[in-house]
Amino acid sequence: MKIGVVTFPGSLDDRDAQRAARLAGAEAVALWHADPDLHGVDAVVLPGGFSYGDYLRAGAIARFSPVMQTLVDAAKGGLPVLGICNGFQVLCESHLLPGALTRNAALRFVNRDQRLRVANRRTAWTADLAEEITIPVKNGEGSYVADERTLDALEAEGRVVAYYEGGNPNGSLRDIAGIANAAGNVVGIMPHPEHAVEDLTGPGTDGLAFFTSVLGVRA
Amino acid sequence: MSTLEANDPVEHALGQTAVDTVERAAASADQAQPYAELGLKDDEYARIREVLGRRPTQTELAMYSIMWSEHCSYKSSKVHLRQFADLPRSERLLVGMGENAGVVDVGEGLAVTFKVESHNHPSYVEPYQGAATGIGGIVRDILTMGARPVLVMDPLRFGDADHPDTARVLPGIVAGVGGYGNCLGLPNIGGEVVFDPSYQGNPLVNALCLGVLKKDRIQLSAARGVGNAVVLLGAKTGRDGIGGVSVLASATFDEGGPAKRPSVQVGDPFTEKLLIESCLEMFDADLIAGIQDLGGAGLTCALTETAAAGRSGMLAHLDRVPLREASMEPHEVLASESQERMLAIVEPRHLDAVLAIARKWGVIATAIGEVVEGDRLTVTWHGETVVDVPPASLADEGPVYDRPMARPADLDALRSAEPPAYPQVDEDLLLRMVASPNLCSRRWVVEQYDRIVLGGTVLAWPEDAGVVRLSEATGLGIALATDGNGRYTRLDPYAGAQLALAEACRNVAATGAVPVAVTNCLNFGSPEDPEVMWQFAEATRGLAEGCAAMGIPVTGGNVSFYNQTADVAINPTPVIGVLGLLDDVARRTPMGFQGAGETLLLLGQTRDELGGSEWAWAEHRHLGGLPPAVDLVREKLLGEVLVSGSRDGMLSSAHDLSDGGLAQALVESALARGIGARVVLPEGLSAFVQLFSESAGRALVTVPRSEELRFTEMCDARGLPCVRLGVTDGTGLEVQDVLDLPLDRLREAHEGTLPALFGPLAGATASAPAGPALTAPAADAGASQPDLG
Repeated sequence: MKIGVVTFPGSLDDRDAQRAARLAGAEAVALWHADPDLHGVDAVVLPGGFSYGDYLRAGAIARFSPVMQTLVDAAKGGLPVLGICNGFQVLCESHLLPGALTRNAALRFVNRDQRLRVANRRTAWTADLAEEITIPVKNGEGSYVADERTLDALEAEGRVVAYYEGGNPNGSLRDIAGIANAAGNVVGIMPHPEHAVEDLTGPGTDGLAFFTSVLGVRA
Repeated sequence: MSTLEANDPVEHALGQTAVDTVERAAASADQAQPYAELGLKDDEYARIREVLGRRPTQTELAMYSIMWSEHCSYKSSKVHLRQFADLPRSERLLVGMGENAGVVDVGEGLAVTFKVESHNHPSYVEPYQGAATGIGGIVRDILTMGARPVLVMDPLRFGDADHPDTARVLPGIVAGVGGYGNCLGLPNIGGEVVFDPSYQGNPLVNALCLGVLKKDRIQLSAARGVGNAVVLLGAKTGRDGIGGVSVLASATFDEGGPAKRPSVQVGDPFTEKLLIESCLEMFDADLIAGIQDLGGAGLTCALTETAAAGRSGMLAHLDRVPLREASMEPHEVLASESQERMLAIVEPRHLDAVLAIARKWGVIATAIGEVVEGDRLTVTWHGETVVDVPPASLADEGPVYDRPMARPADLDALRSAEPPAYPQVDEDLLLRMVASPNLCSRRWVVEQYDRIVLGGTVLAWPEDAGVVRLSEATGLGIALATDGNGRYTRLDPYAGAQLALAEACRNVAATGAVPVAVTNCLNFGSPEDPEVMWQFAEATRGLAEGCAAMGIPVTGGNVSFYNQTADVAINPTPVIGVLGLLDDVARRTPMGFQGAGETLLLLGQTRDELGGSEWAWAEHRHLGGLPPAVDLVREKLLGEVLVSGSRDGMLSSAHDLSDGGLAQALVESALARGIGARVVLPEGLSAFVQLFSESAGRALVTVPRSEELRFTEMCDARGLPCVRLGVTDGTGLEVQDVLDLPLDRLREAHEGTLPALFGPLAGATASAPAGPALTAPAADAGASQPDLG
């Protein structure tokens, strides 16, 4: 199983996503934004960071990179894609997921360990998750917004994969921390599962389940 | 345009637009030059004329004024800093003082380089950009050594917590540190936040960065090899930051002076991130013969220092520098402190490869000159020679002053001031102390920093020291702490510097790491004030002798003078950073109690030492007496015991005792994981002294009952005092016959202070409208009590 991790100019958590993929038992493959070839990977992670400096809008420029042109088609064809933080923003800008991420309600960057209530364990990336997990959140523009109809639809269709518990760190509507597309192969999550894969460096290892989940999909 | 010119002393002083060439200068020896307005003294100007054998061109004059400024030349501090170079060499030290940052061998073929620098004045003028570019500058210093930057820390000092100007500068500075560091993907693993009125109008923004490299791949700054290309990498050059070092960093703020905002640089962390990745790729491919970052003094500094270090000649075509504004003049191009730029020396055969890597990362790269025969730096501007100087005369041979010194006239009065009467300890005193600005939780600040990116952070705030894993294979890692106490140093600069060193070593040792190297940022008032100069001399002497006693070298550092508004200097504030090594970060000792039923031990000797203490300040605004006694032999012994305890797996937790004494340590260790303690204070000193004295050389540790005997016997055998204080237990802190408080109340007090001053924590505002703008926190926020859930 090969998990590709895309590096855009300004990606920051790309090596952490690669480490998480390796710890889950996958082979991590570095993908470059300017290279449209997905190099035969079985799943793709769009990592956290500030792609293109978050200029214009977070994720707005990355969406037009060569790799995304290929990836959008592959995702529509069923390739599992996980967007973490900035990756979630890229997925929304690419219209693979509905809604948008805006400036945190407190207008400040926030980094803390965050409890999440997992609401959907049927996606490619969430099958192995516990009902409640703790993983770090760290973002400046993590407030999930969408119109009421979209929010209602997401909840009605069970496409919200996780909710913030014990305090909403960024003002996301309805405490939404992550969502999936209708097919369940594309997931965007604002907190960082790749930073909860070792007891030594994270609040625990709850995040590893995102990466083992996708192994199950193609195993 | 006119605003800029009016505020730009170079422009203002030179006041002319025709380019002044070397030829013209030679022909008009008697032309009056505005050297005094540029900060040069009569004899300094005379020396420039002597060096050149003619009057300098206006561009040369600007270069000398910058390079001979206090900030670049260290002219007032040099005679004192020599003590650090005289310290016994450590075999771990691969590169010592003099290069951009020292390099320390950490084993396994790896080395680390680290350094702390100040960006105080820019951060006062423009808090966000000043702090942001402070991070950017120190990161480039580390990159220059060939290292991948892997972490930052930021010791910050502000005026009184409730002063209106603190509300102006603190949110911006914190956001700037976070904004730049977060966007670079560097974890911020700790630092300091200190409030004291002496920093009102002169906040201290120090920034530390550490990088990792293969020990055989150190990059140096020397430009060598005739014919090698001089390549400018990174951002275009603009008018920002002109005069940053000479205007901002080397002069005192005066009331009613001209606005200095145009002298502050503007940062772009995205460009810096690309610059880092492209440079690292060039280093890996062994394409770079020499490299230097552009920071203070911009191209002037980079060209002269690389040429001087290589004892080479250099020719630079200044008109090839990519500009943001086409109308810039040569002296502006040379003085610009535009951020995110590096200067690389590249062999011609590697030039195409370097340009290709730059292109891959979207970094602008321009060959602007070459290394040439001889020993002159020549700069041309559209075919005319505007600079022709011996580079060493700028970089290395600046003026050196042994400035007059005088013991502060008020020192005896301060030291003999009547101390406040000691109180009875009760719950209210402890609650007030843990909520006081210097002892309260820093969560409001630290949550704005990414502390975990890169996946190596093992310990970060609120731990005593940050711990970062360098090798996933072996667990090899480093610990880092920074400390400084301006009140102690005000009362006794010699002891104060040693206390800061001792505390930083203790913090590092508390995690189980062995202290191996020191960096420092020496923040002082004006060196032209003999009393400040005396403080500086005493502090450097204390630090040098302290390092000798502890057996660890100083690898480099930074001096920041002129930290004063009008004639009131800050408390002298040497900030000391200590690097420690851990052979395996998995054995690190955290500061929080880990479980109930463990034995609580106090290591070290407690004395009646409350001079300069946090209690005296927080409760009485009193600063007087003498700081705690320093015993570096004892300090070293404590460190050895803490490291042994970690190596042998005896310690569950360890927390150094410093500001706020034992009481503060108990509260912090209990709150870390919500595990309380029952304490019985030993006979002897009063409960107040035992709980709030700040005697040095102490730590609070917990050991499992099964290890208690083995650990206490080790302490006895080594002669380290070790007193049993009680056990960890429950959800409260009980000190028998003194106080009993639930942890929830302590937490509420400890964590409520900064949100009340600067706005609620994220998530505490879920139902409230969006918070106030960063630079204007609500003045009435004190009324709201955050829900910390």
